[in-house]
Amino acid sequence: MSTGGSDLNSSNMTDLLRSVISRVYAESPNVLHVLYALQRQFLHISDEAVREVAVHLDLPISQVDAVVEFYSFFHKIPRGRYDLLFSNCTSCGYMAGGVDLMAMFGRRLEIAAGSTRDDGLVSMDQTSCIGMCDHGAALLVNGMPIVSLDVAMITRIAALVEAATPLEDWPAEWFHVEDSIRVSGLLLKDDLSEDISLRAMLAHGAAGTLSEIVQSGLRGRGGAGFSTGMKWQLCRDAQGAAHYVVCNADEGEPGTFKDRVLLHSYADRLFEGMTVCAFTIGAKQGYLYLRGEYRYLLPHLQTVLARRRELGLLGGDILGQPGFSFDIDIVVGAGAYICGEESALIESLEGKRGIPRVRPPFPVTHGYLGQPTVVNNVETFIAAVHIVLRGSAWFKAVGTEKSAGSKILSVSGDCAAPGIYEYPFGVTIRQVLDDCGAENVQAVQVGGPSGTLINSAEFDRKLGFDDLSTGGSLMIFNQTRDLLAVIVNFAHFFAHESCGFCTPCRVGTILLKNGLDKIACGHGTRYDLDEMQRIAALVKCRSHCGLGQTAANPILDGLQHFPQAFEQRLVHRDYEPHFDLDAALEEARQVSHRDDTAAHIK
Amino acid sequence: MSADTKQNPITQNTITIDGQEIPFQVGQTIMDAALAAGVYIPHLCHRQGFTPHGSCKLCVVDIASKSATACTMPAVAGQQISNNTPALNEARKTITQMLFIEGNHICPSCEKCGDCTLQAMAYHLGMLDGHFPQFFQRREVDASHPTVMLDRDRCILCELCVRASREVDGKNVFEIAGRGTNAHLIVNSASGKLVDSDLETSDMAAHICPVGAILIKESGYKVPIGQRIFDLHKVSEIGLEKIILTKMKHADE
Repeated sequence: MSTGGSDLNSSNMTDLLRSVISRVYAESPNVLHVLYALQRQFLHISDEAVREVAVHLDLPISQVDAVVEFYSFFHKIPRGRYDLLFSNCTSCGYMAGGVDLMAMFGRRLEIAAGSTRDDGLVSMDQTSCIGMCDHGAALLVNGMPIVSLDVAMITRIAALVEAATPLEDWPAEWFHVEDSIRVSGLLLKDDLSEDISLRAMLAHGAAGTLSEIVQSGLRGRGGAGFSTGMKWQLCRDAQGAAHYVVCNADEGEPGTFKDRVLLHSYADRLFEGMTVCAFTIGAKQGYLYLRGEYRYLLPHLQTVLARRRELGLLGGDILGQPGFSFDIDIVVGAGAYICGEESALIESLEGKRGIPRVRPPFPVTHGYLGQPTVVNNVETFIAAVHIVLRGSAWFKAVGTEKSAGSKILSVSGDCAAPGIYEYPFGVTIRQVLDDCGAENVQAVQVGGPSGTLINSAEFDRKLGFDDLSTGGSLMIFNQTRDLLAVIVNFAHFFAHESCGFCTPCRVGTILLKNGLDKIACGHGTRYDLDEMQRIAALVKCRSHCGLGQTAANPILDGLQHFPQAFEQRLVHRDYEPHFDLDAALEEARQVSHRDDTAAHIK
Repeated sequence: MSADTKQNPITQNTITIDGQEIPFQVGQTIMDAALAAGVYIPHLCHRQGFTPHGSCKLCVVDIASKSATACTMPAVAGQQISNNTPALNEARKTITQMLFIEGNHICPSCEKCGDCTLQAMAYHLGMLDGHFPQFFQRREVDASHPTVMLDRDRCILCELCVRASREVDGKNVFEIAGRGTNAHLIVNSASGKLVDSDLETSDMAAHICPVGAILIKESGYKVPIGQRIFDLHKVSEIGLEKIILTKMKHADE
């Protein structure tokens, strides 16, 4: 058995597993954290490790097993001592620079995607967007991001891996991720001191604070746009043994990276916002659910939390207010886009698979551990802090009638200056494109793959809940892009991230992916296009949660606004089978070690 | 129909399904109310008395043209619900086809043929073929248990066995693991094998499978084709669950 470099007999192995499990669980009682520690140390989570975790945490073996198999960053087969995950996003993916960097790395180290090299040194795979879209091609090595990849860097990384150079000795600047804030507005122009908003909140009282939030017209910044004031009010009014505040920092939508920047440079403001919410709804405990891809931010976030405790801004009797106690723990995910859905996030917080719950009941009445829970986006909490300090009128003065305030955008793709742009709601797409230096734009994906794909005729549309709603992702594609390849990329993303709970999404996203692949490789017919349309409509209309309900958007928008992207690839026959005779022979060719002309059917 | 509803048949709360007014009690789902009134809404993962699941999506209905899952959606007074419409039945047929091509269903040679709710649903909805290309997934068979057979080829992930084990048998034998189309049924035991679990032949979880994924050994083909449940009954008959469960039991039990 590979144990990450050391030879151990089985009873020593059991002891070691137990010591890791009990140490980590004592520090942080969450099954995801225990499994992460095991994965890091032993490079996989063995069947024995699963059994030991189940015993120590008093969970069914099947539940632990199910969790291991659900999250992308847990593995039952050992990964390499260097585990490289290339983002496959259209903005920060391994193809972002036009060269297949993952294939190049694979050739250098003689390793195929999705596998671990026989010597156990290195494993390589692709992963969904890692939120580095303002920096071009990016990867995670043992969880640490390296951005702005190019051919020369891939060569150097391959050499460092081959020489087994410890990560600490890799060029330190590689691990530095710039914020790239380009335009600052209401929230990013921030000069607040650490306690000023909390003092304003205490002066308002809980009811007064809530009233300001309600009056401000603040709506959730994750994209769905539910009234924040109403959410807090419903939660405050709900009966329960405890109330909870949860921050959704599972920023998984491809093309979104604003939360990365907010967590890095505005963490104080976020924790303050969670504290304001706690005061308002009467919560004693909060959780920051951080996506696994941002684990590298964990030490920084914990430092901020520790400082806030020292300053009396978290913990017992906050700011000397008797009875107002609140603290925040961070729970780190393990690679699952679905956990951005609030009820799936809560399931994950509880140490389960991230399966969206049946709603109603909603988290405001039945959330974490079945108790009333507010789940808000990072940006929403930060906006709340500013509203408490400066008042609802200040906030409402910016934006539009139905969309008050500002929106922080993550702009990426084909433009001169990708990065963070904060605008008042109501800004046109054209304005954003001009500011970021985007030319010859063919299409913009607003709100990420689950959002809206628009063409140049629609660039005067406005960002806001009543027109183009967005969680913040804005991906730009110029005239040189193969838009079908982009849509294919998104279809693969959704098929990979579907949780598998409901039939339309579980099977439908695969059918859409396969159908698009068939069209993209030149075997599609008019019939296949009609089928796409029919399946897409079903997946959109009949799926259990937001993932399925939006998964077909790029295809439906593409068929409507960019039909030529599909039609130019069609073969002009009535029907072409999915079954590819030549591909079907591949297994036989491998078994017989043949690859000559006679072993192919063309 | 439960005792409670018999005692209080008249309530002022009603919903309307396909133009028919149907009473309900607060706390009932649309499915509960419909079945109690003898109105069939197609379903596979639903079973009265179990925690509603809402995963198969056969029971999709439209409430004022907005899609909802009847087995999980609470009945609310005044709801205008479409159920037995050509468009909804077409969607249900497509979903049934999806379930067929995702797994490996070999109706003619399957022991469950004629007793299978998925197969019956396909007939009910007028499904004539799988329509979509087969996924041909490789799924593990577990024949380790002395009396119960687990063939994941036919599993449709309805979690009826998961819930039966927890909610009726007071055990926790089954769970779903994996994500997306890799989702699969696993067994709660150290080895992951059924033989090492505490499943017994008398457990409801051993009998509740609507397809041929969980079968009782040594009782195969006892009832001849032509005399099986769905040869004698329509899947749309209300209250069929009891008949199904009785027929699934071993003759000696």
